[in-house]
Amino acid sequence: MKFMVLVKADETTEGGAMPTEQELTEMGKFNEELVKAGVMLAGEGLLPSSKGARLRYSDQGTTVLDGPFTETKELIAGFWILEVSSRAEVIEWMKRAPFRDTTIEIRQVASEDDFGDAMTPELREREERMRRQVEERHGS
Amino acid sequence: MTVTEAHRSIDAVWRIESAKLIAALARMVRDVGLAEELAQDALVAALEQWPSSGVPSNPGAWLMTIAKRRAIDHFRHRKMAQRKHEELGLDLETTQDAIEVEPDEVPDDLLRLIFTACHPVLSTEARVALTLRLLGGLTTDEIARAFLVPETTVAQRIVRAKRTLARKKVPYEVPVGAELAERLGSVLEVVYLVFNEGYSATAGDDWMRPALCADAIRLGRILAGLAPREPEVSGLVALMELQASRARARVTADGEPILLLDQNRAKWDRLLIGHGLAALARAETLAGEARRGPYTLQAAIAACHARAGAPEDTDWARIAALYGELADVMPSPVVELNRAVAVSMARGPEAALPLVDALAAEPTLARYHLLPTVRGDLLAKVGRFEEAKAEFARAAELTRNAREREVLIARAKQASTGNAG
Repeated sequence: MKFMVLVKADETTEGGAMPTEQELTEMGKFNEELVKAGVMLAGEGLLPSSKGARLRYSDQGTTVLDGPFTETKELIAGFWILEVSSRAEVIEWMKRAPFRDTTIEIRQVASEDDFGDAMTPELREREERMRRQVEERHGS
Repeated sequence: MTVTEAHRSIDAVWRIESAKLIAALARMVRDVGLAEELAQDALVAALEQWPSSGVPSNPGAWLMTIAKRRAIDHFRHRKMAQRKHEELGLDLETTQDAIEVEPDEVPDDLLRLIFTACHPVLSTEARVALTLRLLGGLTTDEIARAFLVPETTVAQRIVRAKRTLARKKVPYEVPVGAELAERLGSVLEVVYLVFNEGYSATAGDDWMRPALCADAIRLGRILAGLAPREPEVSGLVALMELQASRARARVTADGEPILLLDQNRAKWDRLLIGHGLAALARAETLAGEARRGPYTLQAAIAACHARAGAPEDTDWARIAALYGELADVMPSPVVELNRAVAVSMARGPEAALPLVDALAAEPTLARYHLLPTVRGDLLAKVGRFEEAKAEFARAAELTRNAREREVLIARAKQASTGNAG
């Protein structure tokens, strides 16, 4: 089963402070352990929300709001996607992450089956077409 | 922390730590069987203590400390028991020195453990059981359920395997030179066997069997990290990831298999496909000018399907060429038959028929129902209906699957009315 680990932002990450060499080394070591154990599928750090944007959809149309966003604690500073055998295993792995004053959140990635009947074959096909286009654009 | 929560955490810790723990202990005590017993002792201690004391902040180090203490006790007892014997395999002082080494200091430990568990002195069944036990952290009961054999059989296999390794004095090391390539073959074979055991299980089965696929992929990825220059290791990872990406699409709700070309591709796992394609690219880069090995080639074939958005987009010419290459490195009538199917898709039934006809005299395929199935299909397509009918009838006799037999009998009928089906 797949889990997404979300690293919450804080004033430091939102302030645009980049990790120190020591922090990068520690995180690199942790990531290496995840890769060596065969559990890491993806993982990235995100730049502050000042470089991002937010889109709001409504009947009136779509409005675009440029970052930064103020509610720092609800923002995300990075993520992993891990493939493990249980929720307990992700927790056990993430206890080893070299964080000091950080909050992370662990969420299970939904599979097709979790959507049940609402995911009709037509919707699946559309979803698939979209994903393929994304991949083609990324040239993978 | 409740007892259940504690047990879940202990399971998770065991999954993460057990192989490293056993690998490091085996280096210290130079006996895989003893190493596993010591690790088990540490696990029992954790089960006794953690529910009340909580999981320690560094559970791996905690387990290692307990196991080392048991190791020292073990050798102390043995020394007393064997005082009269001069030739002691290991004396207490050297053991204690060795035990000072931290597990992470010797990265080759896991690799040594894999090569020992897959050693050619052991039978294939024993290699599989020992690998899952020592590297996958599975219990005897879990292995038994996965392979549909009684637990006592698995337990005996493991005990005998450990005894054989000790009796034959199998060195705890990674082979070098020409031996490495040969022994690596045995390791990859075990991993792929575990994968297939899980993959051939249909939905609805005991969860243990599909979980074997995940275990095999994890072992493959670990191996790829430990042997980063071996193209076939990455090739096998790619093959397993690409096959596993179709797991959700390959059976109906009733557990009936769905042929690859009929599968709903929206159910294919894109993340695994992406990973599989990356692993394949790595394998091909590593192989460089050298001939691609069988796992890499099979992964390349699987990749052709994965890249095709719809069945009609499949690059059959490339698949046919890849089967040709595969037939060179791993000659097999089944590969030839698959090549014939790909050729017929790429260039039509006339081009494929001679390839299938050439297999008619192949003794290993004499009872293989897919040979007459494929031949019947090609014959029907070129309008030789009488011959096609005979082939379908023969295929129906040979298959052991009732559903498949019905389909073949229906096709035989269709052919007799001059319908290509």
